[in-house]
Amino acid sequence: MREFAYAAPQNLQEAIELLSRAPDDGRPLAGGTDLIVQMKERRKNPSLVVDVKRIPELNVLTWDERQGVRIGAAVPCARIVAFAPVRERYPALAEACGLIGSVQIQNRAALGGNFCNAAPSADAVPPVLVYAGTLVIAGPTGRRQLPAEEFFLGPGQTVLGKGEMLVEIALPPPPALSGAAYLRFIPREEMDIAVAGVASFIRLSADRRRCEQARIALAAVAPTPVRAREAEEFLIGKPPDETNLAQAGELAARAANPISDVRGSAAYRLELVKVLTRRTLQKALERLV
Amino acid sequence: MEQRVIGTRLPKVDAPERVTGKAAFGADLQLPGMLWAKIVRSPYPHARIKKIDPSKALALPGVKAVITATDLPPLAKGATAPLVGEMSINLTAIREIALASEKVRYHGQSVAAVAAVDPFTAEEAAQLVEVDYEELPLVEDVLEAMRPDAPLVHEDLFTEEEATRQKATRPSNIATHMVYSRGDVEAGWRAADVVIERTYRTQMVHQGYLEPQACAARVEPDGKVTVWTSTQGVFTVRTQLVELLGLPASRIKVVPMEIGGGFGGKALAICEPIVAVLAQKTGRPVKLVLSREEVLRATGPGAPAVITVKAGATRDGKLTAVSTTMCYDAGAFPGSPVGRGILVGLAPYKLENMWAEGFDVVTNKPRVQAYRAPGGTPAAFAVEALMDELAEAIGMDPLEFRLRNAAAQGDLLPLGMPLNRVGLKTILEQVKAHPCWTTPLHGPNRGRGLALGYWIGGTFTSSVEIRVNPDATVSVFVGTVDLTGTRTAIVQMVAEELHLSPSDISITVGDTDTAPYADLSGGSRITYTMSTAVHQACQDTLAQLKERAADKLKVSPADIEYSERQFRVRRDPQKAVTLKEVARESVAWGKGPVIGKGSTTRMQPAHAYAAHVADVEVDPDTGKVKVLRYTCFQDVGRAINPVQVEGQMQGGAVQGIGWALTEEYVFDRGVLKNANLLDYRCPVALDLPMIDTVIVEVPASEGPYGVRGTGEVSIVPPGAALANAIYRATGVRLYELPMTPERVFWAMRARRGPGEVQMAAAD
Amino acid sequence: MKREVTLQVNGEPYTVIVDTRETLLDALRYRLGFLGPKEGCGNGNCGSCTVILDGAIVDSCLVFAVEAEGAEVTTVEGVAVNGQLHPVQQAFIATGALQCGFCTPGFIMSAKSLLERNPNPTEQEIRLALSGNLCRCTGYDKIVRAVMTASQALAKVA
Repeated sequence: MREFAYAAPQNLQEAIELLSRAPDDGRPLAGGTDLIVQMKERRKNPSLVVDVKRIPELNVLTWDERQGVRIGAAVPCARIVAFAPVRERYPALAEACGLIGSVQIQNRAALGGNFCNAAPSADAVPPVLVYAGTLVIAGPTGRRQLPAEEFFLGPGQTVLGKGEMLVEIALPPPPALSGAAYLRFIPREEMDIAVAGVASFIRLSADRRRCEQARIALAAVAPTPVRAREAEEFLIGKPPDETNLAQAGELAARAANPISDVRGSAAYRLELVKVLTRRTLQKALERLV
Repeated sequence: MEQRVIGTRLPKVDAPERVTGKAAFGADLQLPGMLWAKIVRSPYPHARIKKIDPSKALALPGVKAVITATDLPPLAKGATAPLVGEMSINLTAIREIALASEKVRYHGQSVAAVAAVDPFTAEEAAQLVEVDYEELPLVEDVLEAMRPDAPLVHEDLFTEEEATRQKATRPSNIATHMVYSRGDVEAGWRAADVVIERTYRTQMVHQGYLEPQACAARVEPDGKVTVWTSTQGVFTVRTQLVELLGLPASRIKVVPMEIGGGFGGKALAICEPIVAVLAQKTGRPVKLVLSREEVLRATGPGAPAVITVKAGATRDGKLTAVSTTMCYDAGAFPGSPVGRGILVGLAPYKLENMWAEGFDVVTNKPRVQAYRAPGGTPAAFAVEALMDELAEAIGMDPLEFRLRNAAAQGDLLPLGMPLNRVGLKTILEQVKAHPCWTTPLHGPNRGRGLALGYWIGGTFTSSVEIRVNPDATVSVFVGTVDLTGTRTAIVQMVAEELHLSPSDISITVGDTDTAPYADLSGGSRITYTMSTAVHQACQDTLAQLKERAADKLKVSPADIEYSERQFRVRRDPQKAVTLKEVARESVAWGKGPVIGKGSTTRMQPAHAYAAHVADVEVDPDTGKVKVLRYTCFQDVGRAINPVQVEGQMQGGAVQGIGWALTEEYVFDRGVLKNANLLDYRCPVALDLPMIDTVIVEVPASEGPYGVRGTGEVSIVPPGAALANAIYRATGVRLYELPMTPERVFWAMRARRGPGEVQMAAAD
Repeated sequence: MKREVTLQVNGEPYTVIVDTRETLLDALRYRLGFLGPKEGCGNGNCGSCTVILDGAIVDSCLVFAVEAEGAEVTTVEGVAVNGQLHPVQQAFIATGALQCGFCTPGFIMSAKSLLERNPNPTEQEIRLALSGNLCRCTGYDKIVRAVMTASQALAKVA
């Protein structure tokens, strides 16, 4: 591992200043379950590590009827899963956060880290996308917000500029008559990186006979997490029956562009997208509120 | 006579230190002035080493030495291949694995090692050692390696015909060829109503011990070298170091640390020579701990194989002939367990007509080591899956088919030895009556599979020394490293024979200076051979004690009987003296302290059979296999400690389940792509149900308690048990391990037939 | 770079100077002499290094020592109280839930933590909670049974 300086600022401004002034390879550290592994393997070699866990804004975890839920970037998965409003109102996110790694990993790994590491297989990202999440970013020039799916540029690459940090993930209140679910496929029952992951969100008409809105986000099957827009559009106006869910699955696979690697072949991943899309849509319907 | 301690569920005597974190494993050793070692490894799977330049590494502050193979003395002429437990290997190969000399033959092979003041400096120094390589063509697959035009892993390797010891004239990657046969297989095919031939393939796997290799060395003021190591055999390591370091045995002491799992993979001295030479060169103690990546890339995995099996049977269920060709991949140096594969695969069957051919083949991959019943799992996968197909083809229940053809006492094993008393038929009868077999399995996509297993059980040498303390407690000394709870089993045996309670007995696993000689721990041999050695030592101890009691009571020793800590005169039981009294006086009486000894070298094998039953459910949309229920039946002869026996059965079964469903080395042009425990997938707790065990006790033919070796056979059946279960769940047979979800998925899609793998002809 | 870290381990305060690159596991083992937590993989895939950090189990190989400034850490050495083994430790011994013992310290921490969060877990809940700890010797059966036994023992005490 390369030698590095360590700082643990207690406020956001200081963190931004440290990252702005560092030579290009300064890194924020939240849970460390990705960054420390990468530093040990010399895939990332920061000269400065800025521990962001003591910054109050990054530890926010609140919910209200109007705003929905706000999750600080450093909040670990375990806290998110334990937060009743998330379990009750954003079950797909609770699902995902409860799947990452192990209990030990979930006690450290942060939602913000899952985003900033920007692995295509990040489990917690698709639920945020289908819940229409927005991200709050702070940097030397101030704050900005953007829709979550605009955050990713490629594997391991985000839109964060020099000195910028992810501060918060915000999810609006889900509309009535909607439900969402996240499922991923792994060869074991736990610990594995997703071979494919799908989050689905569906909202029905008042008479529950037709789909009015759908969002489907895919993990591990493209250079970034992606929305399956063709599948989403297909579902609008259609009855949410088996045939249509299956067709949505077929269309969702068209949004995928997977690679073959030690975890699975591209062809298999496409098949999994079909299955997981169908199953998450089904589960989302069962959760309809 | 009823046994009071043997057969009880005594908790492990060395458990308290393990649950409190006090047991000292290899990496826990700390010595004043200690340096940290780090190995420099080849980035190429096959290359000539042109030049090694350590200067930049040596210039780094904190770096104290850099060594290469030139720092090891040349091997003495006539240095023989050591028997390292269950697999032999020649010393040149061990030396090359420790530090490569002219060539590297697998990615990650050790070419140099550094010693520095802390692990970070050592890591950096290893990066600064500059090595020039000339890349050579790579041969990765076992069948490719057998082709006459394949690149040679060893230019001086000539195929040896095992039976005649004759060598071929052209070099080859086939190190050994063997054929075992009897009867007339052609007549057997003609007599059969159904003949089936299939080809099976398994991948390289790792033993997956949680503790990476760790060892340390220090040179004493008189030049003697002390080596601390997590190893399966202190004497085995010393024997190797004698040759590798060019030092006599009296100048080397090997001290065992607790071992965090071995399973056959911690027998070769591939790390110890490095720390010893670095300690000699720097004058300071040196410690080496491998990273998990190094463990996966560069220690000794379990051998992969390509196996063709052909079997014929009549409609009434009699096997008429079996033939097989087994090609085992040894990795970079010869010595795969192909012979064991032939033995294990066919051992459950009474065979009049048999033909078995084996090839030991080298490739540019890490040299394999033993992995719990080495060679057995791939072979049993092939044979047991084929037998399942054959039984179905003749319309017979798979269990009945096994019963009809089960080997029994007097039948010949595949390599020629006749079986002594064995329990295979007993096991099968118990399976037949057990709910795991009789309870119907309901529900879609579910199926049940059966498979048999066998292990010969090692013997080799074990010794024990028993010292009676003046207060009538007893200290036991052994040289056998405790892999599986053998400390506890030995304590139970001594307690039983001397009528003591386990708390009266201390047991020490000594080092090579203090312990009585023992061969490697492994091969399922310790409890078995120790049962004889302990019995002898107890008898010797009692004889010495009786002599002293007789002297005190003024009778002859033949008149004395011992029971429950009392020595009584047989004809006059009022005349008695206690064990305590005899012990107290013994250090200054007669011939001095009572030290009882026992040793054994050549017991006959105590063959161990097993049968596993697996229930699975397969997700037809993804191919994922869930194990619903798993039951292991095993003949252990006599369970000295049932808890430990159950634990061995369960642990081996789960390793076999991993081998069957999720574990495999994935290579890309000779480079291991999944050298971490994320993508090399060992089963986790949530992957498994409870593993039910049925202990069958058909006493072994030799030994005072009828004990059989227990630790290994359980890894043999799971491959086929699960393949057969998956077939019944899906209608699809798989011919390759592991049966990952993706493989099952595509097989279900294709409903394809048997694997089509062409066997290369021998040279 | 060197930094000073002050933390509590098993109820006692310690101050150490560490290289920023050292993990909490390294510091516990080689600076402070708590050799119970083990390194099995170095990247959070085996759980042999599990300790309790500020009340929650973590893989100490994925925490820098400097991050533990001001933290409370419990290792396996701190589980027995006044020499009295914890019911989890007793259950592991009685049930035969260990063989080589290398993974045992990590499992003890995970099991103890589980029973504090969920005093009466089902078999599946136990298996899920322990999936971050690999064992290669036991096949997990007796470990799961030991946790069930311990949960009953703790219920009696409560």
